[in-house]
Order: sequence, then C-alpha cells, then structure tokens
Amino acid sequence: MRVVIAEDLALLRDGLIRLLEANDFEVAAAVEDGPSLLTALLDHRPDVAVVDVRLPPTFTDEGLQAAIEARKKVPGLPVLVLSQHVEQLYARELLSAGGSGVGYLLKDRVFDVGQFVDSVRRVAAGGTAMDPEVISQLLAIQDSAGPLANITAREREVLGEMAEGRSNSSIAARLFVTEKAVSKHINSIFTKLDLPPSPDDSRRVLAVLAYLSAEQHR
Amino acid sequence: MPQIHYYRASRTRLLAFSLLFTVLSVTGTVLLALTLLAGFLSAIWLGLPLLVLVATLIRRYTGAVRRILGEFLPDGPIPSPYRPTNNTTLRRRISSTLTDPAYWRDLAWLALNATVGLVIAAVPAALFAAALDSVAGLYYHQFLTDPWIVAVHITSPLAAILLLPQAAVLFFLFWLLAPPCLTAYARLSRLLLAPTETMRLSARVTHLATSRAETIDAQASEVRRIERDLHDGAQARLVSLGMSLGMAEDMLERDPQTAQRLLTEARESTRVALTELRDLVRGIHPPVLVERGLDGAVRAFAVAQPMPITVDIDLPGRPADPVESAAYFAIAEILANTLKHANADRAWVRINHGRGRMVMVVGDNGTGGATAAPGTGLDGIRRRLSAFDGTMSLVSPKGGPTIVTMELPCVLSSPKTSPSSATD
Repeated sequence: MRVVIAEDLALLRDGLIRLLEANDFEVAAAVEDGPSLLTALLDHRPDVAVVDVRLPPTFTDEGLQAAIEARKKVPGLPVLVLSQHVEQLYARELLSAGGSGVGYLLKDRVFDVGQFVDSVRRVAAGGTAMDPEVISQLLAIQDSAGPLANITAREREVLGEMAEGRSNSSIAARLFVTEKAVSKHINSIFTKLDLPPSPDDSRRVLAVLAYLSAEQHR
Repeated sequence: MPQIHYYRASRTRLLAFSLLFTVLSVTGTVLLALTLLAGFLSAIWLGLPLLVLVATLIRRYTGAVRRILGEFLPDGPIPSPYRPTNNTTLRRRISSTLTDPAYWRDLAWLALNATVGLVIAAVPAALFAAALDSVAGLYYHQFLTDPWIVAVHITSPLAAILLLPQAAVLFFLFWLLAPPCLTAYARLSRLLLAPTETMRLSARVTHLATSRAETIDAQASEVRRIERDLHDGAQARLVSLGMSLGMAEDMLERDPQTAQRLLTEARESTRVALTELRDLVRGIHPPVLVERGLDGAVRAFAVAQPMPITVDIDLPGRPADPVESAAYFAIAEILANTLKHANADRAWVRINHGRGRMVMVVGDNGTGGATAAPGTGLDGIRRRLSAFDGTMSLVSPKGGPTIVTMELPCVLSSPKTSPSSATD
C-alpha cells in the first residue's frame, strides 16, 4: 500500500515513515510543505495520504487546504489529517468535501500503533476515521432533554465508536460483545434518532455526524 | 449628535438656539453669583461645601452646553476637560475640585458668557424680535387708536407704511446673521470649555499609566498561571514518564511483564501530558487563531457550543496578532458568560471594520441583567481592551436582550497571512 506523508518536523516525519514502513506500507513520498504536498499527491496518486494540518510556508492550515484541494482534483483520494488539536470546524470541512476516505485524528493517536495503522488502512479502503475527541465533544454538548436522552449507556458507547468510523466487527471486538449485538444496538440507535439505516460504514458516520451537529444547532 | 451645516440649517432652529443660549447666559450668572457668595462664605469655612455643590452644578450646566454646542462645531460635542475627582473625603473633594484648572476656566466662561457671549447669542433673537415688532406696529396703527402701545414711534400713516421695509430689512439681517452669530458663539465658548492641549495630554498620560499598570498586572498573573500549570502538569508528567521508562529499561531482562506494564503507563503519561499541554496552549493562544485568524477562530468556537450562534464577520484583512488575540478572548469570554448565565437559546456575533476601528458586537436573547461592575468578568474584558485603547459598552436590561459592543482601534493587514515562526 503506497502512502504520501506530509509533516514539517523531521523528527515526526521520520517516526511516521518508520512506523508505516514497519507495517508494510510503501512510502512513496515524504514532503514538508503545502505546495510540494499537492504536487506529490497529484504525481504519485497514493493509496492514502497522512497529512499534518499546519505546514510551511504559512504555518497556518496549509496541509488541510492542500488535502481538500487534492480531493477536489482527485475525488475520493483517501486523506488522513493529523493535528495537535482537533476542531469540529475542520472535521466538517473535511467531511463536507465528499464523504469517503477521510480521517481526522489527533497526533497523540500515533501512540497506539495498532489502532493508528488500523485507521490508516480504514481510510485507504474508503472508510472514515474521526478522532474520539471530535465525537465526544459532539456528544457532550447534546442537550440532555434531546433525543439522545432516550439512548442507553451501551448504545451511547456504540454510537461513539460508530461515529469514529469503526465497522461492526471492530466495534464488537472493542466492546467485547458479538457482532449481532452491535448491529442490534445500531438498529435501535437509528430508530431512536429517526435516521434511515445504512449498511455502508462511512455513510453512516456522515449520517450520525450530520445528525449530531444539526441537533446541536437546532 | 448629527452635525448640521449652518447655512442650510432651518432658521427656526437657529432662532430657537439663539433664544436658548440667551436664557442660558442669564441663568449662568446665577451660578456665578452663587460661586461668589460661597467664596465669601468660605472665610468662615461654611462656604466650602457650598462651593463644591455649586461646582457640581456648574459641571452639569457646562456639560449640557458642551453637548448642545456640538451642533455648531465641525468636530461635534466639546470633550469634557475635567480631571478625575477624588471623592473619598470632603476635604479631598474640595481640594481636587478647586485645583482643577477646568473649574476656573468654567468660571471664566460663565463670566464671558454673561457679557460678550450674551450679546453674540442674543443678536439673532433680537433682530427677529425687532422685525416682529415692526410688523406689529403696522397692525396696531391700523386697528388701535393709541399708537404708543408699541415701542415704535408712529406719528403719521407714511411712517406706518415705512415700517414694512424696516421689518423686511430687520428680517433679512436676522436671516443673514443668525448662522455666523451662533457659530461665532460656539467657537468663542469652545476656547474656554474645551480642554487645553496640556489638559488633554495630561488626561491621556493618566489613562495610559493606569491601563499600562493593569496590563502589566494581568500579564504577570497570566505568566504565573502558565508557570504553575506547566510545573504541576506537563513537567510532572514528564518526570513520571522518565521514571517509568527508566524502570522499564531496568526490568526488560529480568521481568518483561512488569516492563511491559511500565511502558503502557509511560504511554498513558505522555497522552495525559499532551492533553494538558493542548489545553494550556488553547488558553494562551488558540492554534485555530494562528491557522484561520479571528474569523475562523470565532467560527470554530461557535460551532463547538451547545447553542446556535450566528457568526457574521466582514474583515477585509487581519489585525495585528495581539489585537486579534485580545478580540478573540473577549468574544469567547462573553459567549461563555452567555452560556452560563443568560438562559439564552441563541446568540450572535458580528464583526466589521471601518474608520480605523474594529467593531465587535455580541448579543443574545437571554434574560439580561448583566453588569460590568468592578470585579466582574465584563469589567475585566473592558480593562484588557483598554490596554489597546479599546472600549466596551453593555446594554442588558432585566428581561434581556444583552448586547455587548466592543471597539478596538487597529489597521488590517493584507488578507493573506504572513508566515509566523510557530510550527504544529
């Protein structure tokens, strides 16, 4: 699996290369600024890109902009965006530019190598990887009187995992329950939130995220 | 107060002002007389409190005149020239009142106003009255047998006919002289009512000294907070991380299981330290402010709140970093207050820029009753903005809504941001 990495700090860039190569990724290019990221993405057409939000030359959200720009030119190009901080605003911008193959994670998530590599693979396969921080923020600010009030604690857990972009089997493994139980919970959640059920993992992430943020601004 | 162009101002209005200033000049002499009386009584101490009382009246009186005169001056109302008074004790109050040069200039103005000022201000009203009197004379001559009822001597029908052109001439003079007379009156009064350059500068120095002291205080306590957070947070975590790693290294051979546990602990420590650092950084200077400027940062803040917040920002460029940061924290704090206290179900933020000032308005439809009394959060915001010569005003009647308006003088740079030295 071919990957393009964009990270301006040499230490972190080398770390990411080492980590991904150790997990059978082929690093097609590792760049350190926005313009060369865009060129690398369009030249190499990697299976997935791992991109830092803040890059030279402006040290603003250069990486995020390059990723959105590249996805406009190559629809569905899988991009996993990494940052020192997560903003719901950025998550929405990434998701609204087209749903599949998008990830947005805190850099801290790299600590758990297994989960991080999982996330990269999931994004490469057209799935979604949303940082638990984004999801917990969205869940935390829901009014207790809203529709989420009817949801059981277990269903809330499943909802969180689902919104991060995990598949049923992965949720089942993480919560130590059967896949059947997970899909039962998910059906119940979709019924309670009055959302049309969707078998597609990434589409249901979008549905849940759209629902949560719409609920927040109702 | 909208400034009117005096040649186009309605003559009725000018006549009214002329009458008003005439009456005010006369009542002003009462204040002057009271001051003199109090001055004499001061010989037996009794007069001093009276003197202060009259001084307060004079301030109110001249304050009203300063506002009204704004109609005839190109820069609008005349600014207040007084030093801040010390009201702690009567003695201090007396001395701070009497040593303020603006007080003595007010007295000089009252005297000038009762003489030269009265004459200039009364000219239009007098001309108009004379014109009216001439017409009245004609009227009375025709219908009354006693021609002496009016002040104009009418001895023959021809003299009565001549009253008509006389009235016309007087009215024409009124028409012509009313604007320059009132303007001259306003300019003359400004000479004594406006602060002198020295007074203006000394008031400015006082303001700058206060706001600088407040800024330094605020900065010092902010630095202390950051030091404490780093010391008790990230720094402590890194120590424990180093310990865990050292022990794990030591046990790797002898007890791989314990080593593994220690490594997991070390990873957890790192994660917590990073979370703490992230929160700290957000409090110092939110990363999204660097990445997206005020516009993006306010929007990012708004979408993360459990209440709909409408954001309407029209800035053609970015203000300087310190201004941007002060504006962001002021808005964020006001919105946080709204969430906590206002019982609102929606809020809005509007920001635009014009005439060298950035204007920020934050409002909500809550229950109102917010105050900016000393010691409150809003007062803190006001003081922090004043370090940038900014202002804050609050409208929050009981029952709502609450509207906070802030202004910061600043220039905007070109839309694209310049590189900073920060990295992600």
